[in-house]
Amino acid sequence: MVPTSQYLVLGALLFTVGVIGVFIRRNAIVIFMCIELMLNAVNLTFIALSRHLGKIDGQVFVFFIMTVAAAEAAVGLAIILSLYRRRQTLNVDEVNLLKW
Amino acid sequence: MIPYIWLVVLFPLLGVIINGLAGIKLPRKLIGIIGSLAILGSFVTASLIFKDVIGQGMERASEVVLFTWIGCGGLQVHVGFLVDPLSLVMMLTVSGVSFIIHLYSIGYMAEDEGFRRYFTYLNLFVFFMLILVSANSFLLMFVGWEGVGLCSYLLIGFWYQRKAPADAGKKAFVVNRVGDYGFLLAMLLIFVTFKTLDFTKVFAAAPQVLEHGGLAVTLITLLLFVGACGKSAQIPLYVWLPDAMEGPTPVSALIHAATMVTAGVYMVARCGVLYSMAPVSMGVVAVVGCATAIYAASIGLLQNDIKRVLAYSTISQLGYMFLACGVGAFGAGIFHLVTHAFFKALLFLGAGSVMHGMAGELDMRKMGALKSKMPWTYRTFLVGTLALAGIFPFAGFFSKDEILWEALQQNTFLWAGGAIGAFMTAFYMFRAVFMTFHGESRVEGHVHVHESPSIMVIPLCVLAVLSLVGGWIGLPLIEGGNQLREFLSPVFATAGHAAAEHGGHQAGLEVTMMMVSMGIAIAGILLAWIMYIRNPALPEKLASRFAGLYQLIYHKYFVDEAYDAVIVEPIKNGSVFLWRIFDSRVIDGAVNGTAALIQWASRGVRKLETGQVQEYALGIVGGVVVVFYIIFIMP
Repeated sequence: MVPTSQYLVLGALLFTVGVIGVFIRRNAIVIFMCIELMLNAVNLTFIALSRHLGKIDGQVFVFFIMTVAAAEAAVGLAIILSLYRRRQTLNVDEVNLLKW
Repeated sequence: MIPYIWLVVLFPLLGVIINGLAGIKLPRKLIGIIGSLAILGSFVTASLIFKDVIGQGMERASEVVLFTWIGCGGLQVHVGFLVDPLSLVMMLTVSGVSFIIHLYSIGYMAEDEGFRRYFTYLNLFVFFMLILVSANSFLLMFVGWEGVGLCSYLLIGFWYQRKAPADAGKKAFVVNRVGDYGFLLAMLLIFVTFKTLDFTKVFAAAPQVLEHGGLAVTLITLLLFVGACGKSAQIPLYVWLPDAMEGPTPVSALIHAATMVTAGVYMVARCGVLYSMAPVSMGVVAVVGCATAIYAASIGLLQNDIKRVLAYSTISQLGYMFLACGVGAFGAGIFHLVTHAFFKALLFLGAGSVMHGMAGELDMRKMGALKSKMPWTYRTFLVGTLALAGIFPFAGFFSKDEILWEALQQNTFLWAGGAIGAFMTAFYMFRAVFMTFHGESRVEGHVHVHESPSIMVIPLCVLAVLSLVGGWIGLPLIEGGNQLREFLSPVFATAGHAAAEHGGHQAGLEVTMMMVSMGIAIAGILLAWIMYIRNPALPEKLASRFAGLYQLIYHKYFVDEAYDAVIVEPIKNGSVFLWRIFDSRVIDGAVNGTAALIQWASRGVRKLETGQVQEYALGIVGGVVVVFYIIFIMP
C-alpha cells in the first residue's frame, strides 16, 4: 500500500505549484488553470485522508468541490472573456487601472 | 412698601428695555422723558420705603429675597435686597442725583446722534448701581459692581469713533478689572471661611469665626480694599479716572463723581464689621486714603482742563472718604459721600454748562470773565466750589470737618494730611473759578458765549440748593443734630467707635478745629485770589522758578508713562511674542505639521496599491502562512 503521507505530500506539492503559478504567470487563463490545479490538489488531499480514516465524508466533499470548481470556471472564463474584449490583452500585468 | 424694594431696581431696567428696543422709533423728547421717569420711579419708591423705615424701631434692617439664583450644594446664593439705613441712603442719593442728571442730559445731549444709546446706557448704569447698593450678598453686589464697570466703559467710550474716548474706556475697564481681581479673591476667601456669601450671615458670624486682627480677616479686608481702589480710583489704580473725562460731561458727573466711584466707599462701609476686626487693614485704608487725597490734590493744582481739575478733585475727595472709613468713622465717610455727590455733580454739570456755552472748549486758559455771560452757571458753580472747599454753612464744611475731626482723634499725621489736602482743594477750586469766570476774557474771537437752556440750569440750581442744605443732616456738637449718624447707627453699631462718646469735654477742641479748617480753606482761597486776580503774572513766574517741580506735577508725576513702561509695554511685547512665535510657529506648526506628517506617511503607504491583482494575492497568501505559523507551529 502506498502510505497516506505520500498522497498528502503530493497534494501539497501540487498546491504549492498552483500557488506559485498564480503569482508568476502573466496569462489570465494560465492563472485560472493554476487555480484549478490548487482545487484539485485539495481534492486529492481529501480523498487520501478519507481512505486513511475509513470514512466517506471526504469523498462526498470532493463532489462539492468539483461542482463549485465547475461553476467558478464558467463564471471566471466569462469574466476573462469580457476583459479581453475590453482591453484586448490577457496579460494581467496590464490590468492595473487601480494603481495609485 | 418694603417688600416692593425690587421696584427700585425694576424701573431703570424698564427704561433700558423701552429705550433700547423701541427707542429708534421714538422722538428724542420721549426717550429723555422715559429715561428720567424711570429714575424718578426709583427715587419715589426709595423715598416711600425710607418713610417706612424711619417709622420702624432701632432694628431697621430687613431683607427681601426674590429667588434662589445659584443652588449648588454648599453654595447657595439668593437674589435679594437688603433694606437698611445704609443702603437706603445710597439708593436715595443715587436715584436722586441720577434723576437730576437725566434731566440735565436731555438738554446737554440734545444734538448728539447717539441720544437713544446714551439714555439706554445711563439707565442701565443706574440699574446696576442700584443693585450694587441694595444687594444682600457679596455675589449680587459683584454683579452690580461689574455692571457699573461695563456701563462706565460704554459711556466713557460713548464717542467711540474717536481714538481718545475709545482708549479711555478700555483703560477704565482694564484698571477696574485689576481691582475686581482683588474683590473676587476676597469673595473666595469669604466663602471658604464662612461657607456663605450673604451679608447678614457673614457679618453675624464674623466675631465668632474670625479672630480679631488675624490673617484671614486682614487678608479679606485688604483684598476687598484692592477692589475698592480700582472702582474708587485710589492709589495705585486711579489712573483711569482722569482719562474718563473723555466721556460726555453728565456721565462724568453721574458716574465719576456721584455714584460709581463711591461704590468702593459703600463696600468698605458695608463691611465695617470685618474692617473693624482688622486694624492693619484699617490703617492701610486710612493711609492710602490720606495719601491719595494729598497726591491727587497736588496734581489738580496745575491742570488747565476744567474737567481734569474736577476729576483729580474727585479722586482726592474719595481719599477723604476712605480716610474716614480707615479711622473707624464709617458714618462720616458716608456723609461725605452724600454731600460730595451733590456738589461734585453740580460742579461737573456746571463745567458742562460752561463747555456748552463755549462750544466745547475745555481749556481754562481760553476762558475768563464768563460770569457776566453765564450768570446762573457762575452762581451755581460758585456754590459748588464753596461746598467743596468746606466753607460754613455749605454741605462740604460739615462732612469734611467731621472726617478731619475723626482723623485727629486717631492720628495727628492723618489729620495734617487731610488739612493740607483741604488747603490745596480750596486753592485749586478757586483757581478754577477765577480762571474761568473772573479776570480778563481770554476767549477766542469766534466763540459766541451764551448761557445754557433752562433744562440744564434748573438741575444746577437744585443741586446748588442741596449743596447748601445737604450738610445740615449732620450737624456736629448740637445734641441730636447729627441726624444722619443717628439714622446710620444700627448699621455701624458693631463697627467703628462711637465718637459721640467724646462729646462734651472735647467740644471746645472741636470748635477750635472747625475754626482751623475754615481758616485753612480761606487761606487757600486767598492764595488763589492773589495768584489769579491780584497778580496774574505770579503763576508763570513761579512755574519758571520751580520748573522741574512744575513739570513733574503738570505731567501727573509721569505715573501713566511709568505704568506704560512697566506694565503695558511688557504685556504688549509678551502678546506679540505669543502671537508671532508661539501661535504662528508652534501651534500652527504643530497642527499643520501633523497634517504634513500624515501626508508623508500616506505617500509611502499608497505604494502598496499597485493595481496588480497577483501582488494582492501574494499578500493574502503571505498572511495565511504567517497565521498558520503562529497558530500551529509556534510553541
